Amino acid sequence: MRTGLVLLNRIGGLWLLLGLAAVLVLPWYKVPPPDMGGGPSLFGTALTEALIGRWWLLPPILAALAFAAVRILAGERWQAHRLVPWIAGITAVLYLAQAFGIGLRGPAIGGISLLFPMAEAGQPGLGPGGFVFGIALTGIIAEALAVRGFCRGERFAANAVVFIVVLLSLFVFFPILRLGSAALFSPDGIFQPGLFITRLTAPDLWGLNCLIGDGRCGVVINTLMLGILSGIFSTALGLALALIVARTGFRFKGALRAVSILPIITPPFVVGVAIIVLFGRTGVVTGWLDFLFDVPRTRWVYGLPGILLAQVLAFAPITFLVLLGTVEAINPTLEEASKTLGGKPLATFRTVTWPLLRPGIAAAFLLAFIESLADFGNPIVLGGGYDVLSIRIFFAVVGARYDLGNASVLAIILLTLTLSAFWLQTRWLGKKSYVTVTGKSDAGLFAPLPGPIKTAAYLAMIPWVLFTLGVYAIVVIGGFVSDIARFDLVPTFRHLSTAFSFEIGATGLELYGSAWDSLRTTLLVSAIAAPLTTAVGILTAYLISRQDFAGKGAFEFGTMLSFAIPGTVVGVSYVAAFNVPPVDITGTMAILVICFMFRNMPVGMRAGIAALSQIDRSMEEASQTMGASGLSTLRTVVLPLIRPAIFTSMVYAFVTAMTAVSAVIFLVSARHNMATAYIMGRVENGEYPLAIAYSAVLMIIMIVSIVIIQLLIGRRQLGRRSELQNTPPAIPAE
Amino acid sequence: MTEKAIEFADVVKRYGTVTAVDRISFSIERGELVTFLGPSGCGKTTSLRLIAGLELPSEGVVRIAGEDVSTRAASERNVGMVFQSYALFPHMSVIENVAYGPTIRGGDKKAAADRGYEILAMLGLEGLGKRLPSELSGGQQQRVAVARAIVQQPDVLLFDEPLSNVDAKLRRRVRQEIRDLQRRFNLTAVYVTHDQEEALAVSDRIVVMNQGRIAQIGTPAELYNQPNSRFVADFIGDANLIEGHVEGGRFKAGDLTLAVDGSPDRPKATVSVRPERIVFDGGAVRAKVRDATYLGSRYEYSLETSFGSLLASAPIVSTPLSPGTEVGITVPPDGFTLLKN
Repeated sequence: MRTGLVLLNRIGGLWLLLGLAAVLVLPWYKVPPPDMGGGPSLFGTALTEALIGRWWLLPPILAALAFAAVRILAGERWQAHRLVPWIAGITAVLYLAQAFGIGLRGPAIGGISLLFPMAEAGQPGLGPGGFVFGIALTGIIAEALAVRGFCRGERFAANAVVFIVVLLSLFVFFPILRLGSAALFSPDGIFQPGLFITRLTAPDLWGLNCLIGDGRCGVVINTLMLGILSGIFSTALGLALALIVARTGFRFKGALRAVSILPIITPPFVVGVAIIVLFGRTGVVTGWLDFLFDVPRTRWVYGLPGILLAQVLAFAPITFLVLLGTVEAINPTLEEASKTLGGKPLATFRTVTWPLLRPGIAAAFLLAFIESLADFGNPIVLGGGYDVLSIRIFFAVVGARYDLGNASVLAIILLTLTLSAFWLQTRWLGKKSYVTVTGKSDAGLFAPLPGPIKTAAYLAMIPWVLFTLGVYAIVVIGGFVSDIARFDLVPTFRHLSTAFSFEIGATGLELYGSAWDSLRTTLLVSAIAAPLTTAVGILTAYLISRQDFAGKGAFEFGTMLSFAIPGTVVGVSYVAAFNVPPVDITGTMAILVICFMFRNMPVGMRAGIAALSQIDRSMEEASQTMGASGLSTLRTVVLPLIRPAIFTSMVYAFVTAMTAVSAVIFLVSARHNMATAYIMGRVENGEYPLAIAYSAVLMIIMIVSIVIIQLLIGRRQLGRRSELQNTPPAIPAE
Repeated sequence: MTEKAIEFADVVKRYGTVTAVDRISFSIERGELVTFLGPSGCGKTTSLRLIAGLELPSEGVVRIAGEDVSTRAASERNVGMVFQSYALFPHMSVIENVAYGPTIRGGDKKAAADRGYEILAMLGLEGLGKRLPSELSGGQQQRVAVARAIVQQPDVLLFDEPLSNVDAKLRRRVRQEIRDLQRRFNLTAVYVTHDQEEALAVSDRIVVMNQGRIAQIGTPAELYNQPNSRFVADFIGDANLIEGHVEGGRFKAGDLTLAVDGSPDRPKATVSVRPERIVFDGGAVRAKVRDATYLGSRYEYSLETSFGSLLASAPIVSTPLSPGTEVGITVPPDGFTLLKN
């Protein structure tokens, strides 16, 4: 393998070969372009397409040949030649200009067809040749930068930085820009900038009728109200749980921590469905209340109360983890100091503990707020008439009245709200956290919780525990009894067999169940996405914490930005960006994988940065001085030492890919359906037991997969390094 | 071959607005051990890293064995480096650490391991090949780090403050080991330290650095006896810096007159006098003992003179001078240096 690489280098590098292949051998387009009388081109390569009249494909061909010529004339370090940056830069501009300038139905700007008559017929999306040329050009630019001292001349690092920047631009920024421009077009595709204002100020967005009269509020107000309430309740509950775990003699702390992991592996809709099964008009609890106390059956659970209930249940574990960190970080000697100065327990809590907790509480609130804004699964199941932004966006794209422009405006509002909260959160965490943990060992003991606060905390916890038990009991048994919603508890495998029946016949395994396709796609996509997501995330972490390069600050900001974009917005933006050439990939499995990669990559990145910060940088420098390239150093030194972070990232990426819904719901197709989309369909049809059964199967698969990943990656115990595993999971907005 | 082992030509290294290395030029001969010495932040470590290729110069040219390596990454140079923290890979055994370089460069694994064992044996580490670095003592770890750095016969061996993790008592021995090793293999070595005693003890030549520039280059004796600046005089050993003026080939300060033949007249001048060069011989310069300190191997006197206070040291005698005593002292003609600025 090594000699192969050396040989490749000798003949000019992988990128040069790929570039030549892209223009001379591979078909440039995804599908053959329309015939304009020039006759079909042989093989459809860029060269043959150009020769029959698509002259705008000439720059890539000429560039590939020019690079080859420079290689022949200038020798092995040909990228150092002074012509290379010029050729590469001009080609990049012309390559992008032709891709975006000439669309499927013709040129975007009138003048182009004067220059190239063939452009009138338009061109389809990029195919193998087009993409490979882009990759090769990117690689050549990276190498040209590396020989000029970028990334301290480390070729691998330079390539990694340039490729990640290009990928982020293509799959994070470009879709958002497309989304922004879509907001300026009417549904018929006519450019109408004024429409943006009309859409933005629509009365059904900002109405305040629910506060003053009986009417309904606008969707933005609804979303904000839900977010604020959800934030307050989740934070209060999370604080109660954190105080109980950290400051009382509560005996089931381990169980509480374990329960806090559950929402991460709980498929969406399940909690919503369970709430309907419990509290819906025909629900179990509703029925008993009616039977015992003559409480009339109502539909109260549909709307704000139901969504709120489901969200608090889902987000309290997250706020709990954040606040537990804060509570445990308080230096006990501060409280002891207050006591020695005469402070009573309640006064100490009020004057010392509480102010120290405030930054953590703010952070937890904002986190829950962001999650609530981005939530899609609960509102769609429990919304009733209560409209929120994520739902409105979904129906603007998927519903009967397809209106991408309107969806874009709604998405921009949602994005603005989320990013503002995200910005506030980073500001708050950055400036106001009073970290009182020092290297010194403080021998102080945590003060027990003052009586009234302890009572309040337990009062908050008990209903939550009952509720969680109720919900998960339904998840466990609901799929395996006749009809849980009507309290018909006869055990049955009927639902399971509807979804997963199979037969082993003469022709081998035959899968009949209706869920097999989506399960197969989900597993395949998750299995492909998890390692790729981890690779991108860990690589980015490595670049951020270990490499110095121009523009690193912007690079870091860009990766964090992809973390803050709500899934619904990502979904719409992908529809806006990738439904049309040049990058025409909707309906493929690739778009699902790509979507997961860039949404979940920041978790791997954070885990990686945390792990890398514990590893002495001189080990990598030692490896380099001994002749290891950046790539070998990464492989032989860095990766073995940060296995726990890789594990965290793999598990997170896999599990999230299996349970995500908000972004993929826009991207699934009949051929590539995902489990969550399938479950959503069942929920919409009221087939709750089937949905629950499928969810239970998914949860079992996830648990088994986590065990398998752990066995594959293994856990390296190098003394204290095993602690890295406890890096708190950072959860992006769903 | 006459080319230098290492050559810096007008090398500048900037980080943003901070200039860590400010246009330095020097060269190192083959088989020489050169030390970069200076206070923290003087650019000595950056200079070392520029040789290693862990930093690339913002301006100027770095040559190793006559070849311009200015834009070449560390992995494309042939250097060996011993890190301050040793940087042994904790997940690899000792032999895997030592054979890492030859293996990663694509060599035969077996040959690499054989070569590794050979080096380990030469450094007195027989039988430790299979252990993990965490199972070795600090001194052994350091020798493994050295073994790992020299196994590929590098053009230059770099040491980044190698003694800072060794406890004070062992330092003398370890630095002697390093010196012996460098001589035995006839290695070109560059050594970074902030400890002037260490630098004087191990070096063929010392490059004294200050604020990103070279203050002076010379052999230990040259630097000690003929410092060219206040900084060097002060940084290496103890020095009395006496302010005065030069007139007619004489340096004058109070009742002190020293012959500085050939020096032009200067209204302000400074001479540096080492404490041990001051002779208590009842000479013409008047001094009054303010304080006497017993240091075991010698006495140190703090003196009051007409040109300010003076530090002098003298061998142990049974009856030291007591505070308040008036004495006459002499600064011998070869016991001082007139500083350039």
